[in-house]
Amino acid sequence: MKHERPQSFNTVPMKERLTIPRQAMPEQDATVRSTNFLEVNLGLTPEQAVIEAQRCIECKNPTCMEGCPVSIKIPDFIQLICNQDFIGAAQKIKEDNSLPAICGRVCPQETQCEEVCVMGRRFEPVAIGRLERFVADYAMQHGNGSLESFEKPASTGQKVAIVGSGPAGLAVASDLIKEGHEVTVFEALHEFGGVLVYGIPEFRLPKEILRQEVATLEAKGVKFVKNFIVGRTMTIQELMAEEGFDAVFLGLGAGLPRFMNIPGENLNGVYSANEFLTRSNLMRGYDFPEWDTPLYRAKHAIIVGGGNTAMDAVRTAKRLGADEATIVYRRSEEEMPARNEEIHHAKEEGVKFMNLVNPIEFISNEQGSVVAAKCLRMELGEPDDSGRRRPIPMEGSEFIMDVDMVVIAVGNGSNPLIAQTTPEIQTNKWGNIVADEDGRTSMEGVFAGGDIVSGGATVILAMGAGRKSAIAMNEYLKTKVRNSA
Amino acid sequence: MYKIIKAEFIAPNVKSFILEAPHIAKKRQAGQFIILRVHDKGERIPITIADSNAKEGWINIIVQGLGKTSAHLNTLETGDHLQDLVGPLGLPTHIENWGTLVCMSGGVGTAEALPIAAAGKAAGNRVISIIGARNKELIIAQERMSEVVDEVRISTDDGSAGRHGLVTDVLQDLMDEGIIPDMIVAIGPLPMMAAVSNQTKALGIPTMVSLNAIMVDGTGMCGACRATVGGKTVFVCVDGPEFDGHQVDFKELGSRQKMYKQQEEESHKCFLERQMKKMKAEQMKEELVS
Ligand SMILES: Cc1cc2nc3c(=O)[nH]c(=O)nc-3n(C[C@H](O)[C@H](O)[C@H](O)COP(=O)(O)OP(=O)(O)OC[C@H]3O[C@@H](n4cnc5c(N)ncnc54)[C@H](O)[C@@H]3O)c2cc1C
Ligand SMILES: Cc1cc2nc3c(=O)[nH]c(=O)nc-3n(C[C@H](O)[C@H](O)[C@H](O)COP(=O)(O)OP(=O)(O)OC[C@H]3O[C@@H](n4cnc5c(N)ncnc54)[C@H](O)[C@@H]3O)c2cc1C
Ligand code: SF4
Ligand code: SF4
Ligand code: FES
Repeated sequence: MKHERPQSFNTVPMKERLTIPRQAMPEQDATVRSTNFLEVNLGLTPEQAVIEAQRCIECKNPTCMEGCPVSIKIPDFIQLICNQDFIGAAQKIKEDNSLPAICGRVCPQETQCEEVCVMGRRFEPVAIGRLERFVADYAMQHGNGSLESFEKPASTGQKVAIVGSGPAGLAVASDLIKEGHEVTVFEALHEFGGVLVYGIPEFRLPKEILRQEVATLEAKGVKFVKNFIVGRTMTIQELMAEEGFDAVFLGLGAGLPRFMNIPGENLNGVYSANEFLTRSNLMRGYDFPEWDTPLYRAKHAIIVGGGNTAMDAVRTAKRLGADEATIVYRRSEEEMPARNEEIHHAKEEGVKFMNLVNPIEFISNEQGSVVAAKCLRMELGEPDDSGRRRPIPMEGSEFIMDVDMVVIAVGNGSNPLIAQTTPEIQTNKWGNIVADEDGRTSMEGVFAGGDIVSGGATVILAMGAGRKSAIAMNEYLKTKVRNSA
Repeated sequence: MYKIIKAEFIAPNVKSFILEAPHIAKKRQAGQFIILRVHDKGERIPITIADSNAKEGWINIIVQGLGKTSAHLNTLETGDHLQDLVGPLGLPTHIENWGTLVCMSGGVGTAEALPIAAAGKAAGNRVISIIGARNKELIIAQERMSEVVDEVRISTDDGSAGRHGLVTDVLQDLMDEGIIPDMIVAIGPLPMMAAVSNQTKALGIPTMVSLNAIMVDGTGMCGACRATVGGKTVFVCVDGPEFDGHQVDFKELGSRQKMYKQQEEESHKCFLERQMKKMKAEQMKEELVS
């Protein structure tokens, strides 16, 4: 990747930089935080941020940028931090990523930007995510940089509908409002943010950050409509033909919980991760009865799965007061798709891990509530098509454990609603919408991106897909004007 | 915020609301429902759309005060607002000209049966409505039902109106009179729908029931509303709410409906206590003023 070297503000000699230790993230103490829903990570101090930034050796070939799906100009913003220009650093990031306070918190940096940081080859990688979070938070607290630098563009008179307010939809909104289009975001739920509000818990991503991001977009002119289900309240065809939308972006997410299809899965106390987390996050079930939505408070909870969703669910169960909250995962810890930090935090908070185990049945009492799980032990065989070693049940290894809550976190499929109501839009055999590199679907003027196209992925990949679609949509809208002129 | 154009009690503890909802009014079909939240810390509850007017942009819902949320909802008056309102949700009822359609409803289920009875009539069926209630006072929407169907029959548990007995007894009466339904729709409390399904299975009459599972989002995202129908798991909010009554696992659904019984009672109690305090405070104010 070609990249102009940024102006260096780093006064620390090259050799010394290698000896600076990676700055630790200040965090809530594990015994305290496992009883509250406040954010675990407290954020670097300005002093720490500058020291961490000084660790960057300003590579000629900054591979870190290649590791970032939206190619944030990482060395540039790091140099601005060295110069203590935190707002400038935030603006630099915002050129490529409109939601840095979120990505800095939830990106799996260890497999993206930080994995390929040159410093990481011999030492620890520069803490790019922590720096990103730091400057984004700083900018939010000290005047919202992105809003002040926003100049309202001339109106094109063209209307864009964005369906879904997850990271993909928000990224499209942010890019297209800059182009002078009239942008409306339609959301099925009563809050905006997609998985960021209903899935990822407050202790990892405070909802206030999302509210601020939405408020900023609103101030720039984006219209937000909640409680509006495209396909039900109005179809895509109606939005285009009757409401005059010239283009539509579908950022619907992968919101269909998968179950395991084993006996006892519909017992009381057996949840999908989506339900458990939605009750807790979106509906604030952890504040019941002050908030109205009830939620099980288990003594012995097991969570089936090994991804971020499973970690969020198990840490939530712990915080709700479980004596024992256990991850049950059919492979070994090495294969776990969750972010390292989440696994590490979960362990600190007292979460147990039961790896190479898979439930095969849930057992109930007379009231129909789950009281036990029948499980099998597994061993790892040859790699499967995901490249990970395939778990194989061990014969005669069956055992039963007492549980009073189960959360199934084995992944999500795609919601079939749009496909059902809009047959023009082609889907594949997994129900994902088929879209090209730039998000074009089989229906003219309709684009799609994020989890609904890729299947469950990451926040930054969803945003990246949104940004690509935004470019293509803008082009499409321009040709539409030309053709009608 | 979503405006309540009109609110009035139509039976003890049962309130009818006209809500401003132009988009939903335009789109909704028989059998569909909405999800609402009363206030900003409220839970999401599903309620069937009993009626609507696309031209005037309103929908009608009829709510029985059961627990915290429905009781709170029923304290709202004309001119008040709901926090959230989304819909129409669920699949529309599959309607065809079967011949003779019998709509059996219990309690507030009659409100949910109304649009289906009307659509059945419009499709050319002879429609007979059987309304059941514990007593005379609790019968709702009888007049509105008589306007859309060919005949209404009533049963009450205590004999204070219509036939003394259950809706299943009235169905038996019909059969004894030689009226054989080609299709039955049963909507009401779970035990009632289970009893009807049981009866009609033996008689071999196809029966549709509307399942009232506990829901959260209502869009197929969470799976809270799952039920077993024909041995397969379904999501009531998107695959239903109507299913073949002969295939439904009523026992499972019954225990799933009680999943939060204890918590709901606690929450309802808190609410009632708060209401009492409010009433007492108002009383004291009045006494001070006078
Ligand atoms: C519990 C959990 C934890 C995660 N943790 C991480 C993490 O730490 N790091 C990371 O990078 N990724 C994480 N992910 C994955 C990441 O959240 C998703 O990849 C990302 O949110 C996808 O974004 P999206 O915009 O495509 O869709 P979503 O965020 O799913 O948003 C889609 C939105 O569209 C709305 N919608 C759907 N259909 C309609 C319709 N018909 N009409 C109107 N609105 C509609 C939905 O209500 C939803 O709000 C996690 C996922 C989960 C579930
Ligand atoms: C598709 C659908 C359509 C519905 N239409 C109507 C309607 O038109 N009018 C109406 O009054 N009600 C209707 N309901 C039921 C209504 O949603 C519940 O009464 C309401 O959710 C109860 O909430 P609550 O907090 O007041 O009571 P809770 O305290 O939650 O419950 C009180 C009692 O009701 C039971 N219960 C809880 N949730 C439900 C539920 N979803 N359905 C039935 N019983 C439940 C509990 O077991 C408990 O014993 C419908 C439900 C569904 C799923
Ligand atoms: S957006 Fe994510 S991948 Fe990109 S630099 Fe930031 S933390 Fe790294
Ligand atoms: S690869 Fe690492 S050390 Fe090199 S420029 Fe990027 S952040 Fe700095
Ligand atoms: S209510 Fe969530 S899937 Fe039906």
